[in-house]
Amino acid sequence: MISRGERLLSLAIVTPSMLAIAIFVYGFILWSTRVSVSAWKGLLPDYSFVGLDNFKNLLFNDPRFIIDIRNTVIFTVVFVGGSLIFGLTLAILLDQGLRGESFFRSLYLFPMAISFIVTGVVWRWLMNPAMGSRMSGLNLLFDNMGLDFLINRWYTTPNWGIASIALAAIWQMSGYVMAMYIGGLRGIPHELREAARVDGASEPQIYRHIVLPMLWPVTLSALIILGHISLKVFDLIVAVVGKQLPLDVPAIYMWQTTFDGYFFGRGAAIGILLLISVAVLIIPYLIYTLRQENQL
Amino acid sequence: MKLALERKHLLYIPLFLAAVFFLVPMYIMLVTGFKGFEEVSLRTMWDLPSGIKLDNFIEAFDKLSPHMWNSVRMVVPAAIISSILGSINGYVLSKYRFRGSNVIFPLILFGMFIPYQSILIPLVEFMRNIGLYGTISGLVLTHVIYGLPITTLTFYNYYATIPGELLEASRIDGAGMLRSYWYILLPISLPAFVVVLIWQFTSAWNDFLFAVVLTSQQTWPVTVALNNMAGSQIIAWNVQMAGSFLAALPTLLVYIFLGNYFLRGLMAGALKG
Repeated sequence: MISRGERLLSLAIVTPSMLAIAIFVYGFILWSTRVSVSAWKGLLPDYSFVGLDNFKNLLFNDPRFIIDIRNTVIFTVVFVGGSLIFGLTLAILLDQGLRGESFFRSLYLFPMAISFIVTGVVWRWLMNPAMGSRMSGLNLLFDNMGLDFLINRWYTTPNWGIASIALAAIWQMSGYVMAMYIGGLRGIPHELREAARVDGASEPQIYRHIVLPMLWPVTLSALIILGHISLKVFDLIVAVVGKQLPLDVPAIYMWQTTFDGYFFGRGAAIGILLLISVAVLIIPYLIYTLRQENQL
Repeated sequence: MKLALERKHLLYIPLFLAAVFFLVPMYIMLVTGFKGFEEVSLRTMWDLPSGIKLDNFIEAFDKLSPHMWNSVRMVVPAAIISSILGSINGYVLSKYRFRGSNVIFPLILFGMFIPYQSILIPLVEFMRNIGLYGTISGLVLTHVIYGLPITTLTFYNYYATIPGELLEASRIDGAGMLRSYWYILLPISLPAFVVVLIWQFTSAWNDFLFAVVLTSQQTWPVTVALNNMAGSQIIAWNVQMAGSFLAALPTLLVYIFLGNYFLRGLMAGALKG
């Protein structure tokens, strides 16, 4: 039995932290929402109510925000798709019981320890788009290796430049996806694969019909984690190209319009739109995960 | 059987190619870093240096060291404070369920995933009002608060695996809640503390968004300083490469020496702890 005193004490211990989260997460979200329906423009706060004007302008009347959505979609598809396929491939390769497995695993995962800023600064030079005598980076490497067809303009490619940023993000995150899949593969009982083998199934068949379906929960987690990261992508792009319109995304737009341009109302509206898009992904996932855990 | 074994060796080819892909940025940072100034040219960026020179690292360190020091002063308290808070929160939430605790939990977790753009304007206003805008303390406070969800979750998961009988036994011996925590739980919490400390250290060290809006030139941590260095036309790219390596070094060392704990933190971030 837990005494009344201990119950109060436990409340007293968690209350400050819970209060902090209540204020700094939920209170601030409400405050941002209030700013997003205000006319606040300029240094001094102005909370006069303008309804959903900021949202309407962004969604229906702002060419920059259209570019942002387009870029986010391209980035998400390339980054999430690339990381999933690459991560899964690495996990399956490492699942074959080769010697040196743990060495390769640690090697593939090390970019996770580095900041997006460092990654961005280095990839900015690797993906240097200069041509001709000023060629450098990967283009120069391709040129030296006779792989001329791979030479491209990277982040200066019209319309699709953002995909090259996704490449740097894949470099950073696919080791993480690999680690998630390795965890999933270890969870598949050995007897299951052994039984299929005895029944005469080939290795590819075993993967196709037994392993991959059982990895579905991992794929779902990875999709959601990667998806919400790509909605929030910010520092990596800033480190590669700074603030440039062709590679703009909502997070950069929010930052620039708010803190450089003092369009607080619009900035808050972008923040809230980002929050809604992340919530649509994360909330069902949280409910699903917590339910599963409670059932166990 | 022999054939199968030989074919297995072929798998080293893709593994090796993938290793090259992951190491290319490292190679460029180091090869460029160790070249002398006279040797540096974009045209020869893939060539090995003729000898080991430290010009680039010295210049980069010269420019970045005040900011690396800012990062240290910010990261150490942020990691320690949020770990301690996470530990006691995790303890109470896992062992003393009170009414509404299963509503509170998802609400805490959601705080881990929000895009910080949705709280940035109030955060800046708040920091201005309490006079912490532009200070390292303000950044510490921010990392502590927004670190609470993940630290609480990690400790919660860890304490949930510890059998209740252990605490029950100490209670029968007359120990109260705090004594049980101090004498029973804390001594076996070391692995969880290492995981959480590393996680908080890494994410605060690598953070850019909070730092770029909450600090000023004097208090920039290393990520902001490095980004501005890379954006400036005056600082040569070779110094940028050396600087990138210096900025990555602390978290890289943590990864090399404490990789397993780092991995566990990562997995907790995916809610799989």
